[in-house]
Amino acid sequence: MATVVIDSGSGNLRSVHRALEAAGCVPECTADPDVVRRADRIVVPGQGAFGDCVHNLENHGMREAIIEAANSGTPYLGICLGLQILFASSEESEGQGLGLLDGDVQRFAPDVGKVPHMGWNSVTWENSESRDPILEGIPQETYFYFTHSYHVEPTDSNVIALRCHYGHDFVAAIRSENLFACQFHPEKSQGAGIALLANFLKA
Amino acid sequence: MLAKRIIPCLDVKDGRVVKGINFVELRDAGDPVEQATVYDAQGADEICFLDISASPEGKATILDIVRHTADCVFVPLTVGGGVRTVDDCRKLLEAGADKVAINTAATRRPELISEAAKRFGSQAIVVAVDAKKTPDGRYEIYSHGGRTPEGLDGLEWCKQMADMGAGELLLTSMDRDGTRQGYELELTRLIVDAVPIPVIASGGVGVLDHMTEGLTTGGADAVLAASIFHYGEHTIGEAKAHLRAAGVPIREPWNAS
Repeated sequence: MATVVIDSGSGNLRSVHRALEAAGCVPECTADPDVVRRADRIVVPGQGAFGDCVHNLENHGMREAIIEAANSGTPYLGICLGLQILFASSEESEGQGLGLLDGDVQRFAPDVGKVPHMGWNSVTWENSESRDPILEGIPQETYFYFTHSYHVEPTDSNVIALRCHYGHDFVAAIRSENLFACQFHPEKSQGAGIALLANFLKA
Repeated sequence: MLAKRIIPCLDVKDGRVVKGINFVELRDAGDPVEQATVYDAQGADEICFLDISASPEGKATILDIVRHTADCVFVPLTVGGGVRTVDDCRKLLEAGADKVAINTAATRRPELISEAAKRFGSQAIVVAVDAKKTPDGRYEIYSHGGRTPEGLDGLEWCKQMADMGAGELLLTSMDRDGTRQGYELELTRLIVDAVPIPVIASGGVGVLDHMTEGLTTGGADAVLAASIFHYGEHTIGEAKAHLRAAGVPIREPWNAS
């Protein structure tokens, strides 16, 4: 089962790679669209700016490959920018996102507190009856590591998997069929993050 | 609720952990990778390496240490000391650092901060600010590990760095560093209230109550400490329990179930 980490050329993949190893797989980092199309699971990390990230994906011909994989049901784990690029555009910068989800990517208003929202914050899941399998073993109010200035506002609130509070509630993770994406960094969230990655690897 | 962070800092020279007493006397306290792993296991919210050798050989060593640390520690890692260029930032980030801390090079050429923030995102760029109180009650910025006064006003400098895209400030009181008398709360509060980005208080922690003060009276988003942890006086867990008892929001440790 090939777990593929997308190299969008914006930042270090080493942490994500190592955390996935700790969660029990040997991932392959790639900027090759064909490898993405063949993947059993894809992990889309991302750091830096929205515009640079989506631009790099365009250059590599990766954009179409990721959209194809996502539409064909390949489990997708987005991390930070890997969540934001699921939307068509961002307030942060020009550039066309994947457009797989409807909604906006907005900057935190200054009244929420310090921006970036940086550090460990606790998340809550919405519906304990139909708990997402990726959250198996992860209790309410578990702390994850966040570092971001922008957050997503999906049009369809049914895709919201986790919320977090910073000045006001914002979306900490979404789930839409085979897509799961979180604003926090599981690869930097110690045991809680490794547990989430291990759950993703079961998908 | 966003937790306040506890960040153990390891001063590293030529591959070994040291701690400066007022930036002059150095004592050896072990292997940085091993030490970082211990702090991770104790529940550190983040780990900071400051490379005080800052020589070309030292820089090469720190890249190796960052690689090894990032391989076994799954909390954020900040690395500073001798970061001069955008390319220095890139090397550290590629080695596995999550943030780089820049001090002297920012005083030489402030545009470095905006260039690095544009390239890697503000979240990856920390400006390390060493400030010392002047006789007229202001704060002056120092560079070169606290050796060179820059003639810059501390408050204005911090605001400028935030404007230029720094994601966080690591604020060290030169007057308190190594004294164990507690963080310079007046300085901390001055800067916390003046900038829209997170501030890490540093310099002077001697007892756990000093951390509480830095996070409450000082208003810092995180506290950095070195010797209180290095020599086994307190574990990170003890510090967290102390802060929690004082009502400070602190990350609960993860318990695999």
